Amino acid sequence: MNWLKRRVRPEQIRELSLLVLIVAAIAIFGSFIDGYYSFRTFNRIASSVAIITVVAVGQTLVVLTRNIDLSVGSIVGFTAYFVGTLIANHNGINPLLAVVIATALGAALGVVNGLIVAWGRVPAVVVTLGTLAIYRGVLVDLSGAKTVTTDSLPEWLTGLPLVNLTPIGNLDIRPLFVLALVIVVIFQFGTTYLSFARRFYAIGSNPEAAQLVGLPTKGIVFLAFVICGALAGLGGFMFLVRFGNITVEAGRGLELSVVAAVVVGGVNIFGGSGTVSGAMLGAVMIGTLEQSLFRLGISEFWLDAVLGLLILLAVGSDAVILQRLRALWGGAELKLVTKKAGSVSGEQSAPRP
Amino acid sequence: MSALDRLKGWEIMMLALLCAIVALNSIWSPYFLSVGNIVNLFQLSIEKSIVALTMALVIIGGEIDLSVASVMGLAACVMAWTFHEGAPMPLAILLALAAGVLAGLNNAFWIARVGLPSLAVTLAGLIGYRGVARIFLEDRAIGGFPDWFNTLGQQALIGPLTAAILIFFLLFILFAIILHGSAFGRLVYVVGSNVQAARYSGVRVGLVKSALFVGSAFVAALAGILYAARLGSVRGDMAEGFELDVITAVLLGGVSIFGGKGNLVGVGLSLLVILNLRNGMGLADITGNTQNNVIGGLLILSVLIPNMWQDLRDKWKGRET
Repeated sequence: MNWLKRRVRPEQIRELSLLVLIVAAIAIFGSFIDGYYSFRTFNRIASSVAIITVVAVGQTLVVLTRNIDLSVGSIVGFTAYFVGTLIANHNGINPLLAVVIATALGAALGVVNGLIVAWGRVPAVVVTLGTLAIYRGVLVDLSGAKTVTTDSLPEWLTGLPLVNLTPIGNLDIRPLFVLALVIVVIFQFGTTYLSFARRFYAIGSNPEAAQLVGLPTKGIVFLAFVICGALAGLGGFMFLVRFGNITVEAGRGLELSVVAAVVVGGVNIFGGSGTVSGAMLGAVMIGTLEQSLFRLGISEFWLDAVLGLLILLAVGSDAVILQRLRALWGGAELKLVTKKAGSVSGEQSAPRP
Repeated sequence: MSALDRLKGWEIMMLALLCAIVALNSIWSPYFLSVGNIVNLFQLSIEKSIVALTMALVIIGGEIDLSVASVMGLAACVMAWTFHEGAPMPLAILLALAAGVLAGLNNAFWIARVGLPSLAVTLAGLIGYRGVARIFLEDRAIGGFPDWFNTLGQQALIGPLTAAILIFFLLFILFAIILHGSAFGRLVYVVGSNVQAARYSGVRVGLVKSALFVGSAFVAALAGILYAARLGSVRGDMAEGFELDVITAVLLGGVSIFGGKGNLVGVGLSLLVILNLRNGMGLADITGNTQNNVIGGLLILSVLIPNMWQDLRDKWKGRET
């Protein structure tokens, strides 16, 4: 037991518990729905989760630094609309160039957020609440109430969601799903093993200490926002690929799903702890619930009510499990002073092991 | 610069801004200063203004309540549904308020008792309460409320003032007294500025937070009912997205998102600034969308400019010494 405790941190078990919850949810749905265990179910869930996951990875970096980016929904809509318009007007554009433009556009919007938060010392909630309105507003103003329609887009783009990369039996592996997976793997390994990326955690755990040991805190917070914007831009491109028809309302409210995924995924909303793969699991959990509940024969009107309750239960059980685990860890070998204060999440000053 | 000076500076800034906007508006449009327009200006988003009062208390207490707009929708839907099913209107209103209190108790349980972050809990509430509201109404719209109810929402009650405006002013005075003149108000500031210190000095933090969230949901439910009375009919997506406008107004009022700082005078001024700005731009034929841009920019600049000003002053002082 002690061997286990030395090598595994409570936070890692938390992700395992989320995985167990997802498996349990799938098992429950599978026992009630005929033909649930099919590749169609997988594809449906995978393509809906892919976009949320990519944006949630960026959001995770921002939340790790004890900030939040509420403008991602607007960034997704902004890039989806303008890159969509660009492609509709220049059908011959290189696909790779289109992706780069979308990502760069998102990054540029992230630069604005990052500059004001890091060097303007304005709280992230205030800044991104403002840019949430402004990015959407600029989009509506510039669009002149036009929409991007599927038939104006070239074939490679509209056909992309149905491309089958490597058929494994009947299982279709879609590009969007693979892209999301690649992003998660890159950022998971990056944030775990790169000393540079550990700075995101350092700042979120204790901003003053990070400053005192000489970390360029402002630059790192800025970078987190830029990466978040870039990934939201990429998410915008995926949004365009998936839906084809883009109005100025595209991606409105997406920030709520993204923040929900991050929170359910166990990323501490006060920074400093949580992982990219956890955020992905959060997105998978919510996506699975969303795509499966209506197949249970539950009226669509019940969906949100159940979803809200499940988010609450996921976050609640997560907190209780983690609290127990930390007590177990601290009590046995390390003899850490984790009193009441250490176990109550939701306080900024709670110590983070 | 002490915190107190800063607060005063903020209110003077908002007041100057307000005077400028009112002056410009009245020069641009001859209708601006008419009684009808002033009442209209308040009436058109009175529900958001009412909810902003409790939101200010919650944020000063160091928490946030994202679920207010969904609670507004929930209360309105419960009222419409029970009325539609044959309950008398007063009973329907009582049940709607009870639904609001229940939602608030649910928030308070998870935040104060289980100890979850309020952002996560009320985000779940935002999705969940809206979902419950949809269960009641599905995709119907229910109207046909009794005449007295519609009149209450749409007609002036005393002089040119409607019931909702009167309620807003009553609540403003009530919450100003609670926040600035009562022991509970001091506790809200203490909990908001340092929850650990508050706990060690024996403040019952859980109770304070519970009171804030139940109060917030109750007032949101009341606002939802008033909104239904003004519109004359209720739909499942009623008041969707209002939470962002409400939070914007509170933050523009100089309330710190980190808790412990801010006051209701600032929030009142910020409401006036937003209302006058929107109204003036509306009279000048500027679309709602551009209005959102301006309010969003104002929100950021209101914090950014004082910060940069202070940076400049610090730099200047550094050079002198």
